[in-house]
Amino acid sequence: MRNNTEKTIQILVTIASVVFLLILPRFIGGYFLHLITMIFFFTYLGTAWNILGGYAGQFSFGHAAFFGMGAFTSTLLQIHLGVNPWIGMFLAGIAGLLLGLFIGSLSFRYGLRGPYFALAMLALAEMLRLVAVEWMAVKYPLGITIPLKGDSLLYFQFTKKMPYYYIMFAMMVISLYLTRLIENRRIGSYFKAIRENENAADAIGVNVFKYKLIAMAISAFLTAAGGTFYAQYYLTIEEESSFGTSVSIEVLLGPIIGGAGTVFGPMVGAAILEILSEGTRNFLGGYSGVHLMVYGAILVVVIIFLPNGILGGLQTAFRKLSKVW
Amino acid sequence: MTLPGLPLLLQSIVSGILMGGVYSLTAIGLTLIFGVMRIINFAHGSFMMLGMFTTYWLFILLGIHPYLSLLISIPVLFVLGILVERFLIAQVLNAPEYNQLLLTLGISLFIENFALFLWSPNFRTLDIGYLKKASTVGTVMISFPKVIAFLFAILLTGLLYYFLKNTDLGKAIRASSEEKEGALTVGINLKRIYYVAFGIGTACVGAAGTLTATFFYVNPHVGGIFVITAFVVVVLGGMGNIIGALVGGIIIGLAESVGAAFLPGQLKQFIIYFIFILVLLFKPEGLFGRSREE
Repeated sequence: MRNNTEKTIQILVTIASVVFLLILPRFIGGYFLHLITMIFFFTYLGTAWNILGGYAGQFSFGHAAFFGMGAFTSTLLQIHLGVNPWIGMFLAGIAGLLLGLFIGSLSFRYGLRGPYFALAMLALAEMLRLVAVEWMAVKYPLGITIPLKGDSLLYFQFTKKMPYYYIMFAMMVISLYLTRLIENRRIGSYFKAIRENENAADAIGVNVFKYKLIAMAISAFLTAAGGTFYAQYYLTIEEESSFGTSVSIEVLLGPIIGGAGTVFGPMVGAAILEILSEGTRNFLGGYSGVHLMVYGAILVVVIIFLPNGILGGLQTAFRKLSKVW
Repeated sequence: MTLPGLPLLLQSIVSGILMGGVYSLTAIGLTLIFGVMRIINFAHGSFMMLGMFTTYWLFILLGIHPYLSLLISIPVLFVLGILVERFLIAQVLNAPEYNQLLLTLGISLFIENFALFLWSPNFRTLDIGYLKKASTVGTVMISFPKVIAFLFAILLTGLLYYFLKNTDLGKAIRASSEEKEGALTVGINLKRIYYVAFGIGTACVGAAGTLTATFFYVNPHVGGIFVITAFVVVVLGGMGNIIGALVGGIIIGLAESVGAAFLPGQLKQFIIYFIFILVLLFKPEGLFGRSREE
């Protein structure tokens, strides 16, 4: 009985928030539309990272590799072969997935764990960035610009921000739904078993290598598709904002601060970080990147006081409370 | 690809060895910290940057000679390292490895961007004429500040090695890194060992910052350039191996500068990351290390 009520409440809350977010753009201006789109965007990327880093426990420090791969794949296909960006987005996802399988099968086959895997991913992203720098310096010294085709759903470019808002909203909902699915199925249990104790998971018969690769493939596909969105949103790409270390960091900060290994952790983290970053930009102004100072401070505080992130901390608190009751 | 002539090759070998000394210098502190605390310290580059700015401002504002400022940058970074360890890193020593890594990342984001806020992203250089001079031996140009940095790297490695082998504190540090429980049993104060080791590690990179500032630009993000190379050197030399860091640094310096003679532009760094991934995959215990299972 109680379970049923809880479920009903959950469904109602979900429907109410979806409806709210769907009609929200009618009432807010371009600035807030951009801000919320960016919150969705980092929720989406954080959710993608979370599947590999939060659920399967493979801490990637180089998701910029997939992100940049996605942005470059769809953009180059579009410019040189005239491939439609929607198809490009799918192909970008595939390119990211293949890259993920490549580095994943190498790292996992040779038993790279914990910080060593994190460093290997960092090195991969940096290698791709250097190749991009070198190649761009010759062919596109000013960055790659996607030719304007006007306001067109078919060409994935709009003069207004609202369509981007809805597209990112849909992508975010899909990624959250996917996480939810994973969490409730057997595959989610396998991921968590690997995260908690890889040797034990292996001993009870979980195919550790296979499930790590699956987590990697899903995460890389989603992240690369996010790269295409980014390219279409700004209609220009360059190597630093695609493959740079700061991309890898901003992708993982959301889930870490909100709560890695929870469905809504990346959303809580992304919302807090984006709003704070806007706040500091208005407050401190000055040089680009200063908001990272605030990110750093928050990261330190969260790691020391809420080692499982904000939602992780709340869950523990609730559990303690319900025991008292 | 064009084959470089002999003079160019000689030049790149000499520059590579000298630059390798600088890389060793940045990596020695990192490998000490890792060896003792098992922490991958992302803030290492930020500490180096602070060492560089210390030297820069002391010269600009007070006219203190860069090499003399070692006497200030080393103790300042030593104290800063102790404070950071005691108040922040000590809180997560028993936390999962990820969280330790993230904490040092947070510290580095804060320090770097605070520096950005204070000192702007401008590139600054120490304008001291005689530091820019290079002597020529045969066809090979040798930069004076790099020779100093190289010699200092060897000196520092020697000092640290002597300290770890022959002093009581050094022996206690080694004992704690090899056998934590054993060290506790014989009454070693681990907390103290940790902050002392961390302080020494940051002091080393502070010195590296000072010496590098004599021939490299200074800006808030400069640490990032050196810290990743330092990771490579540390992994190559074996995590926690100080002599390994010296040799690893020189190998990386050579690989980079000889690679630059063959490859265009920034691709020389590509070689460093490539070596890094190879070592991580096939020889994670480092070139000179035995694997932990043995």
